[in-house]
This record gives sequence, structure tokens and C-alpha cells, in this order.
Amino acid sequence: MTDTAHDTPVADAARVDRLRSGLKRRYARETRFRLYGLLAIGIAVGFLLLLLGRIIDQGHTAFYTNTVTVPVYMDPARVNAAYPQGTNFEQLVAEQQLRRMNIVDDEQGTKASAMRRLFSSELKFVAAERVQRQPSLIGQTVTIAAPVSDDADLYFKGKIKRDTPSDQRRLSDEQLTWLDDMKTAGQVSAHFNAGLFQRGDSTEPELAGVLGAVIGSAMMLLVTALIAIPLGVGAALYLEEFAPKNRITDIIEVNINNLAAVPSIIYGLLGLALFINWMHLPRASPLVGGLVLALMALPTIIIATRSSLKAVPPSIREAALAMGASKTQTVFQHTLPLAMPGVMTGAIISMAHALGETAPLLLIGMVSFVPGLPHSLVEPAGALPSLVYIWENASERAFHERTAAAILVLLAFMIVMNAAAILLRRRFERRW
Amino acid sequence: MTWLFLPILLAAAVGAWFAARALARRRSAGERAHSRPNQHGAYALIWTAVPALVVLFAASIFSGPVQHQLMASGAPEAVQQLEPFRRQAFYSDANAVGAGRPAVQIWAAPYAELLPSEGRRAARIDMMLSLGGIVAAALAAVLGALFVFSQIRPGLRARNRVEGWIVGVLFFCSAVAVLTTVGIIASLVYDSTRFFSSVPITEFLFGTQWSPQTAIRADQVGSSGAFGALPLFAGTFLIMIIAMTVAAPIGLFSAIYLSEYAGPTFRATVKPILEILAGVPTVVYGFFAALTVGPAMRVFFNTIGSWFVGGPLDGLGQYLMLVQNQMALVAGGVMGIMLIPFVSSLSDDIINAVPQSLRDGSYAMGATKSETVTRVLLPAALPGVAGAMLLAVSRAIGETMIVTMAAGLAARLTLNPLETVTTVTVQIVTLLTGDQEFNSPKTLSAFGLGLTLFLVTLLLNIVAQRIVQTYRQQYD
Repeated sequence: MTDTAHDTPVADAARVDRLRSGLKRRYARETRFRLYGLLAIGIAVGFLLLLLGRIIDQGHTAFYTNTVTVPVYMDPARVNAAYPQGTNFEQLVAEQQLRRMNIVDDEQGTKASAMRRLFSSELKFVAAERVQRQPSLIGQTVTIAAPVSDDADLYFKGKIKRDTPSDQRRLSDEQLTWLDDMKTAGQVSAHFNAGLFQRGDSTEPELAGVLGAVIGSAMMLLVTALIAIPLGVGAALYLEEFAPKNRITDIIEVNINNLAAVPSIIYGLLGLALFINWMHLPRASPLVGGLVLALMALPTIIIATRSSLKAVPPSIREAALAMGASKTQTVFQHTLPLAMPGVMTGAIISMAHALGETAPLLLIGMVSFVPGLPHSLVEPAGALPSLVYIWENASERAFHERTAAAILVLLAFMIVMNAAAILLRRRFERRW
Repeated sequence: MTWLFLPILLAAAVGAWFAARALARRRSAGERAHSRPNQHGAYALIWTAVPALVVLFAASIFSGPVQHQLMASGAPEAVQQLEPFRRQAFYSDANAVGAGRPAVQIWAAPYAELLPSEGRRAARIDMMLSLGGIVAAALAAVLGALFVFSQIRPGLRARNRVEGWIVGVLFFCSAVAVLTTVGIIASLVYDSTRFFSSVPITEFLFGTQWSPQTAIRADQVGSSGAFGALPLFAGTFLIMIIAMTVAAPIGLFSAIYLSEYAGPTFRATVKPILEILAGVPTVVYGFFAALTVGPAMRVFFNTIGSWFVGGPLDGLGQYLMLVQNQMALVAGGVMGIMLIPFVSSLSDDIINAVPQSLRDGSYAMGATKSETVTRVLLPAALPGVAGAMLLAVSRAIGETMIVTMAAGLAARLTLNPLETVTTVTVQIVTLLTGDQEFNSPKTLSAFGLGLTLFLVTLLLNIVAQRIVQTYRQQYD
């Protein structure tokens, strides 16, 4: 370096000073820039934590529920022995409960009907079934356990509070006192909400469960997997291994890339127009849902399969061809088996994605209420994501915690599928 | 019934395999055959099964429409006079009764009596069609088998023929992707033309009134519906802008940090976390937006509004006090969060594609990392980043669940993020999820909206992919 440009040491020092202060500014900017990056990642991660935390916070209470145990005197004057289902057990139980608590009802029976609203309608079915099975119970006192009503359940879980003004909550002060009394009398017990996993959908929150939707989703995914995986792998094999480089192949390639980016709701419109209005397949059935999801998953499976076929080194193919294998034999006996872990990983991930897809299901009719459990591919059924949508729209507050619980079930399935994909990749993937 | 036939067909095909294998062995006894007996077997299996399967497949696709036609043409007078939507419901109930299931609806006087006889007719037509399909398929299988057995001789190039079939089947698989596009375009265009025949396309694109509630009966009092979709486009645009304002900087900065600053451990931890964010179903984001972000935002703005009330900004305060849960800001903001991993992973790829030599050159000149990123990497990666942003925009426009659950239904022309707006996708869902009568402009307008959505996103994708591709080639 020559110093001809700097004639005095003073000017030189000033220059160094300027440079040094400039350097400071530049380093400060560097630090700020770095912080922006960290902040961006922090925001993203923070939102994920907030999202999951909030859903767990809202949903965990749905995994336990409160059951009330009441002794019922099967009054021969009130219980219909020939047709127990016709008996108004709720009224019977409510009146007896009032009497046990030494409360005198008025003429209109308002207290009894207030008491009745604390029990789930399940009480009636349990009682009727007991009498039906054993008619000799009439005239005796039977102990019956049934869920409390959704509002009572919310009170026990602390979601309806006594200090809210009574016109802003669904239970009166009197009802809250009764619930407290029942709790201190040991009639109410909290336990794991097995019903959530054993029942289908219901209009009453305390009797609604996710099993129907889980079965519906499973049937749908089965249809999707049976159609999309073979078709997708076949298409990828053709494009990657057999297709001549020409216009048609180019069109197919561009087409697949574009299909992968088509909004999912468009697939719903396709399903509605093609499968329901033209082919007259049954609305809201897992068959139609599976077909729509299969068309949607197809491009992603093709893309995943192609990239894992690309990863198999050409030397494998050349060796097989050199040994006299035909093109088809090379592909099916060497390339595809070696690419299989990647193919399966891609397939499972795209199935997990299809499991969470909602918009197309709404258009093919999966927004309607389907009680009970689905048992065939061609009858209306629910699905987990559409159940989340239906419950989120329900007006009863007790559905909110169940919506969050249904989301947790959905996420659990997706986590299991993704974990399986990761394990598969870790276990079998080969680096060349 | 068709399902019962499938195992029989399968068994027949396997039988043909063994028979052909034995036949090939016998016919080529002593001389050297071109193909191995098993390959003859496979050839026979294909010729027995594939023609029959094609026939069955065609039958299952076309039996629905044909059955519908037959039902409609032979229906009694009373049924023919029903409105189209009720007639559909009647047929589907007749089918149910014919199959031994209970009817879904309760039908009034003339129809209730007709239901059993129509049900029997439906069952008969169904039986006839599936029997016809099975007979045709069986015939195809027999003819195929006869053809293949006449072919078997030592000189038959069975292996090449089987391989030809395999490649053909694989080609068919990739053609399905093209058929899907054709199906999408055909169904959207067909129903849209029906819609545009009753509503002029200019009114649809430029009209400012959207209220699709048409009268169900002709004599009913009520509006005849207005189909000006401009407010929907405006709402979609507003939400997209909000989403991109959130997603673009956060996504880009995380990508820059991950590719330029983060160490391998940090990268290995954060990348999967971002992937989880990308894997969360959109209905979950919708739930989060509707029940957590929405109420929180309302409380936030109402509180700010209450500070202003009575002061110099009283008007603004009064307005903020009335803000509702469902606003464009909530839907757009949550959608932005959803798009962060999408933007960040695309930008990450693109920044990584910039050659190392550019970085090294910049560092050698004494530039800091941030200077290298802003003055060298980003200008070099700009086309690619722009393409990634366009892809994210197309995602935002087509996203359905978040806006359906958190944006609302009021169609208004506004750019105020605190207002309730509606989008194209929300309207498609709303129009098609109630009771639908299939020939009214109301339901058909959903297909008009769908076609618009499809064309816009297609255009964005094509442009974006073109940009990204040219960008990639630049550095290859």
C-alpha cells in the first residue's frame, strides 16, 4: 500500500477516525439486521406456540366430564312398563331430586324444569334401557349414572362463573346452588370423557363425540390412498423413466405443476359438478370425498415420487441394462424399489395433508349434521376437519371446548402420520 | 353386485395366467421360445382383466347419468311436475326405498303413494344396468382370453407386449393429471356459461352490488338478486394485501436468517418448527382466528376507542367502539401467519441458489453480512423472490377456511381493514352449502366465481413459475 495520497499524519488520523465511526455504524446496522431476522423467526415460532397453547388450553377440559349419580324410585304410577322409552324419566328424576333436597316446587313446576335442565337427556335412555332389560325394577329404587347437562358441566369446569351477572349466564343462581349441593353430597364425579371417543356427532354437546368423524375420515383416506398412490406413482414413473422428451410430455409436466397450485376449493367445485351432479354419486359420502381428495393429492404424490426417482443414481439403471434387463425390468426391479422409501414418505405426507383439507369437503355436502357412526362408503358421513367447522359454528358454548378437542384429535393423527414418514425416511433412506 | 363380480374377474384372470403358462410350456416343448412361460401368463392375465375392467369402469361412470335419464323419462305425471330440486330429492329417496333403506324426507299425498312403485322401478333399473355392465364385462373378459390363447406360440414376443401394456398403463396414469385439468375447466366453464346466460358478464365483473338471494318461486316477493362481484374482488384483494404485509417481511427475514446467519443446529431446530406451522390444517387457523384473535382484536380496538371518546378524536373513538370480531384484519393477519413458512421455504431455496462466488466477492471487498445480503444477494435473487411472493399471493387468494370462519359475509367495497368484508371463496362456500336448487343463478354464480378464481390463480402461478424457472437457469 502506498501512502502518497496522505500527505500529513493529521489527515490520515482523521480519515481513520471517520472510517472507524463509519465501521461502528455499519456494525450496528449489521447487529440490527441480524436481530430483525431473529425477530421474524421468533414471531413465527411464537405464533405456533400461541396457536397450539391456546387450542390445548381451550380443548383439554373436553377430555374429562362430570357424571351425576341419582337414585331413582321407579314409580309404578309413572313408569310405563310396556314402553319404558315413553316415560318422562327426566321429570321423574328432577322431582325426586327436589324432594331429596327439601325444596318445594311451585304450581307450574318451574323448579322441576330448572332441575331437569341440569341433567343430560342421556339419563332418560339409560333409565329406559334398565327398565326394558329388567322390568322387575319397577317399584324399586335404582341408582343411575348419566352425564350432567352441558351447562352444568361448564360450571363444574369453571367456565360458567358465579360472579357473572345472572342474566349473562345460562344457569340461574338457584341452579348453581343446587349443583354445588349435589357436588358436596358426592353425587357428581369428574372422570375421563370416554364418550368423546365412543360416539358420533350429536346436537347435544355432552353427547357429541368424534368417533363418527374419525371413521368417516379413515374411510375417505382409504379411498384417497387406493386411488392417488398407484396413479401418482405410475404417472411419476412414466414421466421420469419412460416419457420421450416431446411436446405432450412438456404439457403434462406444466399441467402437473399448475395442478399442485390450484386452490383446494376448486377441487370441491369439480367434485360437485362431476361426481355429484353428473355421476349422481351420493352427496357427503366418503366415496366422493375420497375421490376429490385423491385428485387433489395426485400432483403432490407425483412430484414427491419424481424427486425420489431422480435421486437414484443412473449407474444403477446402467448396470441393470448392461446385464440385459429390459427397460421395464430395470425400472420395476431396481429403480422403483430403491426409490420406495422416498415414495412412501411423500405419499404419507400428502395423505396427512389430505386429512386436514376442509374446503372441498364443504362443497360436496359434508357440512350437514350426520348423527351416529357411518358404516358404508356410499352413505353420508362426517369427517374430522368438517366436524371442526360444524362445531365451531354451533351456538352452544360447550361445543367450543369440544371443537378444540376435535382439533387436538386431528392434530394427533397428523403428528402420527408425519412421525411415521420421518421414521421411514430415517430408517430406509440411502444417500448415494 | 358389481363388487361381487370383481373377485370373480380377478380369479378368472389368475386362472388365465396359469392356463397360459401351461399352454406356453406345452406348445413350445422342445424348441426355444422367445418369452418365458410366466410372461405368457402375464400377457394372458392382462388380456383377460384389462378389457373387462375398462368396461366396468365405463359402466360405473355412465350408469349414474343413464339411470337418471331412465328414471326421469318414465316418471309419472305428478313427479314430472315437481320443481327440479324437489324432483332430485324424490329420485334419491326412490333409490333409497328401492335399495331397502328408509326415505330421507316425508312426502305428501300423491308422492308418498308413488314412492314404493318408483322405488321398485329404480331398483329394477339399477339391477338392469349393473347386470348389463357385468354381462358386457364378462363378455370382454371371455373375448380377451380367447384372443390371447389363440396367440400363444413359441415365437410370441410376450415380454415385449406385456411391457408395452405396462408403459401404456403408466401413460394413462399421467394422463389422469391432464384429465383432471380438463375436468376442472369443463365443469367450471359449463356451469359458468349457464350463469352468464342469465347475468351479463360485464355486470358480474364490474357491478358493485352483491346480493345473490333470488326468489325461489316466481311469484315470491323479493329481490331478483344482484350479481356484481366487485365487492368480493375488493374484499379478497384487501385480505390478500394484509396477509402479504405480514407474511412477506417475516417470511423473507426468516429465510435470510436461516440461510445466511443460522448455524447448523439452529437451522435443524427451526426448519421443522416452520414445517409444523405449514402442516397445520387451515381449519385450525380459522378456529384460532375466529375464537382467539378476533375477540382479542375487538377488545383491543374497543379499548383504544374508549380512550378517544369525548376527546378531540371522538368520531374515531365512537367508530372503534363498534368494531366487530369479524374484520379483514383478523382474517388477513392469521392468513399471513399461515403463509410465513410458505414464503420462507421458497425464499430459502432461492437465496441458496445464488452462487457462493457472489458472496465471497462481496466479503472480499469488506462488506458486512447484512450489506452482502441487501446489496448483493437480494438484488441477485430479486426475480426469484418476486416469483415466490406471487405464488404466496395465489395461495392467499385461494385460501378458504380462514376467511370463511373469520372474515364474514357482508359484501362491501372498502379498503378499511377494520370492516367486515367477504371474499370470493367465502361466497362460493356460502352459495353451495345451503339447500341448493341447481338451476338458479344463485348456485350457478358460485361457478362463475370459481372460474374467475381459477383463471386468476392459474395466471399468477404460470407467471411465477416462469420467473422462478428463468431465475434458476440464470445461475445453473
